[in-house]
Amino acid sequence: MNPIHTIDYIRILPELMLTAFGIVVMMADPLLKPGASRKSLGLLSLAGTLAAIAATFCQIAWLHRDPSLADPGWFGMVRVDSFSIFFHLLIPAISAICILMSLEYLDAQNIRSGEYYALILFGTVGMVLMSSAVELVLIFIALEISSISTYILAGYRRRNAGSTESAIKYFLLGSFATAFFLYGVAMIFGATGSTSVLKIAAALGDNPGLLAIAATALMIIGLGFKVAAAPFHVWTPDVYEGAPAPIVALMSTGPKAAAFAVLLRVLFATTSAHWFPLIWVCAALSMTLGNFGALMQNNVKRMLAYSSIAHAGYLLVAFAASNDIGISAAIFYTAAYAAMNVGAFAVVSHFAAGGERYVLIDDYSGLGRRSPLLAFTLTIFMLSLIGIPATAGFLGKYYVFTAALSPSAHPTALVWLTVIGLVNSAVASFYYLRLIVVMYMREPVVAEAPAPATAFMRLALVLAAIATIYLGVIPGKVQDLSMAGARDLSPTGTAVSALPPGMQTTMPVAITQAK
Amino acid sequence: MNDSILTLVTFVPAVGALALMLMPRNDRALRWTALIISIATFGLSLLLPIYYEHGRSGFQFEVNHNWIGQAIHYHMGADGISMWLVLLTTLLVPVSVLVSWKSIHDRVKEFFVLLLLLEMAMIGVFLSLDMFLFYVFWEATLIPMALLIGMYGHERRVYAAVKFFLYTMVASVFMLAAVIWLYTHNPQHNFEYDAFRKVIGSGAVSPTTLQWLFLGFFIAFAVKVPLFPLHTWLPDAHVEAPTAGSVLLAGVLLKMGTYGLLRFNVGLFPDQAAYNSTWINVLAVIGIIYGALVALVQPNLKKLIAYSSVSHLGFVVLGIFSLTTIGTDGAVYQMLNHGISTGALFMLAGMLYERKHTYEFKEFGGLATPMPVYATFFLLAVLSSVGLPLLNGFVGEFLVLSGTFQSAVPHHILFTVLGTSGVIWGACYLLWMYQKVFYGQIHHNENKTLPEIDGRERISLVPLVVMSIIMGVASPYWMRSIEPAVTSTIERVAEAVKAQAQKRVIYRISESAQTHISAINKPNAASPVQNDSTTGGQK
Repeated sequence: MNPIHTIDYIRILPELMLTAFGIVVMMADPLLKPGASRKSLGLLSLAGTLAAIAATFCQIAWLHRDPSLADPGWFGMVRVDSFSIFFHLLIPAISAICILMSLEYLDAQNIRSGEYYALILFGTVGMVLMSSAVELVLIFIALEISSISTYILAGYRRRNAGSTESAIKYFLLGSFATAFFLYGVAMIFGATGSTSVLKIAAALGDNPGLLAIAATALMIIGLGFKVAAAPFHVWTPDVYEGAPAPIVALMSTGPKAAAFAVLLRVLFATTSAHWFPLIWVCAALSMTLGNFGALMQNNVKRMLAYSSIAHAGYLLVAFAASNDIGISAAIFYTAAYAAMNVGAFAVVSHFAAGGERYVLIDDYSGLGRRSPLLAFTLTIFMLSLIGIPATAGFLGKYYVFTAALSPSAHPTALVWLTVIGLVNSAVASFYYLRLIVVMYMREPVVAEAPAPATAFMRLALVLAAIATIYLGVIPGKVQDLSMAGARDLSPTGTAVSALPPGMQTTMPVAITQAK
Repeated sequence: MNDSILTLVTFVPAVGALALMLMPRNDRALRWTALIISIATFGLSLLLPIYYEHGRSGFQFEVNHNWIGQAIHYHMGADGISMWLVLLTTLLVPVSVLVSWKSIHDRVKEFFVLLLLLEMAMIGVFLSLDMFLFYVFWEATLIPMALLIGMYGHERRVYAAVKFFLYTMVASVFMLAAVIWLYTHNPQHNFEYDAFRKVIGSGAVSPTTLQWLFLGFFIAFAVKVPLFPLHTWLPDAHVEAPTAGSVLLAGVLLKMGTYGLLRFNVGLFPDQAAYNSTWINVLAVIGIIYGALVALVQPNLKKLIAYSSVSHLGFVVLGIFSLTTIGTDGAVYQMLNHGISTGALFMLAGMLYERKHTYEFKEFGGLATPMPVYATFFLLAVLSSVGLPLLNGFVGEFLVLSGTFQSAVPHHILFTVLGTSGVIWGACYLLWMYQKVFYGQIHHNENKTLPEIDGRERISLVPLVVMSIIMGVASPYWMRSIEPAVTSTIERVAEAVKAQAQKRVIYRISESAQTHISAINKPNAASPVQNDSTTGGQK
């Protein structure tokens, strides 16, 4: 057994930071007066997420000095590469913004407990670990850490029946889905004699055999549940409706991004020919069911739940393209979706007020007059979700469909998928637009004006809005990193040459390929 | 200064919008700031014709920088077509600000911010030479316009705004698909207009694919124009929009559609344009006559003007798809004319609405007595729209029709005859409208004391009326820059049209031969359309 070197600790530095802060929050909680606001613990957790981001920058700096950091470490279980670094920056940032929202939300809902913040941190540990783990067993453990934290968080509005229902539903179906994943892991171990993604890729080669294909299918089912892709999406609206709004912001973006990261790692360890039809169907179904489901909703949280199903569908289009452009498009899309969706839920979580009273679309009537900031930022997020140019959502979709139309192994099927996707995004504009319409073009129906947003909430809103615009107008750096990530992930390592030169990066790539 | 002027013209309104956003809610100051910014933009845009090398084809004032990676460029340029459309935009915006001076009194700040953002997007559409950039601006016009209609319009404003948004959004998605397809099959891996032209002209793309791409672009532009039968959003949007919204919608946004047809459908796909010209001309002629007939029976002033737009834009499309230089010259000129005359008509209708709060004809009649100055302005706008010689409308319509007459498109004589009837219909509904509003007895007592238009309103109308006279008598000044730009676009199409005409002759001969020879060639004869498309495209 290899000894553990210092460099191994650098490989999991962000995780260590998050865990340490989580434990401190847990220990400090009993020392505070019961029933007092836990704002201080929230700020401490915020520091924890920022520390994780700082730790990731340490990893980048270290990689520049010593490329051997990118070798698999911790007994070959963890690998730091551009791919993992992308998610190590993205996921703690999501958590940070969700914590910012929670600072106001918990007071408004009269929830006074510190574990809430600790659970967010622990959940984040699981999510970031999912992106850097290259060992299926570790991936499973990370998946469980993140899932169990979110199960608990979903039920945090204890006095509310909907919230409890949401937690139980999420827990039961979630464990069921993880079992599928675990079953897949077991079968792939049977097929290849290894649970290391890197070794599996080598062992399978071009002709994986039935057992490995069945295993891939099972893992797609398990992860399909986590990303809320149709036909494994039925839980989403109920769970999102009942869970606390900041937690929905987190779980619709963080675990989703992490599960997509795992899906990318696992799927691209095998050849695309075997899972292409499955992903194609999932993508087409998710986009269509998601968007048409969202058309009929009156509740903003349910609408955004269906919209998140649809967006998982767009992401799967990039998977189906199964080329480097597709991988980088998928990576970019997770960030774009996170920015706009977290922002949208920030508005929802503020506007809902105590007891989450105001969550219907009609409640938003006249918001443009009453609270210009909320209405303006929500408009940006909605336009981005529609996919209007100069927003993150547009560039995300543009990269996805470019990947699908690029030369590939299944050109005709992908052209059809693109058509389905584009028609869907046109349909989708209807229900997003509805929210803008009621905010600006109708008179208020709710008697009381929304309370002014606290400084933290305003910060969360403005950060999410800036991220949405930034990714839509000057996405160069993020795009470079997602390209580098795609290259690191690519099983062949030669796929870079297949890229059209236009898609190659202009700025010096921050992290060189370390293979 | 040559390489920054286009950037300045485009983004000064955006900077202005930002400044307005940060200003305190002092309505008077906001109005004056918006006016000053829009006039400054107009002043800047006046530099374009001054420094433009008239008589030279190709793009001028070009600016080209990398934007996102190497693939997406910030590439702008103006030629004789786009330059004048930009000037039309920058002229209509200050006028729109003036016309909204009093009629907008609620949420003034948001109104002018949206108006200036709309101006930026519209200018950007005309100047973009990178297809990605073009799409960005194209979609960016949508939001401010939909919000202007939805927030400041009349009773059914929300319905109209949503309808406008969805129609345009759904249609432009097809254009996006075509743009992305061309990009992924472009060996240079960029979105340059010229590079796309080369890809399509290279012969590497099959005619069937090109036909789909052509239709992808066509549907986006046809909805915007709007071409029959995709026009149903237009009357709703116009009737519900605030006056400034109507002015810009009719004046500029519709021109984005015809500009797109000319620049992209004809400019990028010469063979497909020639191949599809017949049915597009049929739609254009239906639009001309249908729009005019529906306008004839409107009981509502604004709806009448809206349908007259459908009819007038039919002329523009007819001119473009005559695929002759003369017809297209006329179409471009007609775009400018329509912007000015219909813009003026909508403003005049808006002024009446401010006084009477209705557009119904039955509420008017005999207004020439209390409002003589207003009646004079109205008459000039109506005559310009009718196409009276010495006013601008005449030049455009004449060129369009003579272009169609000389065209090599099949059935062009029929199109010319039917199109010409549209001129007569136009005179009917417009003069009838004038009669119903201004002549006859005053039936409503309160109309006897309607206030005459004031100084601000006169100032806002003067530029448009003066322009319609100047453009009626001095058209060569415009033509010397429009013509080279049009010629360079139409040249290649003209060859394609000729080739297709020859094909048709050969086809007819072979067809008559086939009927005699009988059985052997039957499968060929059974699918003449397909046959034509493949042979036409391979040229």
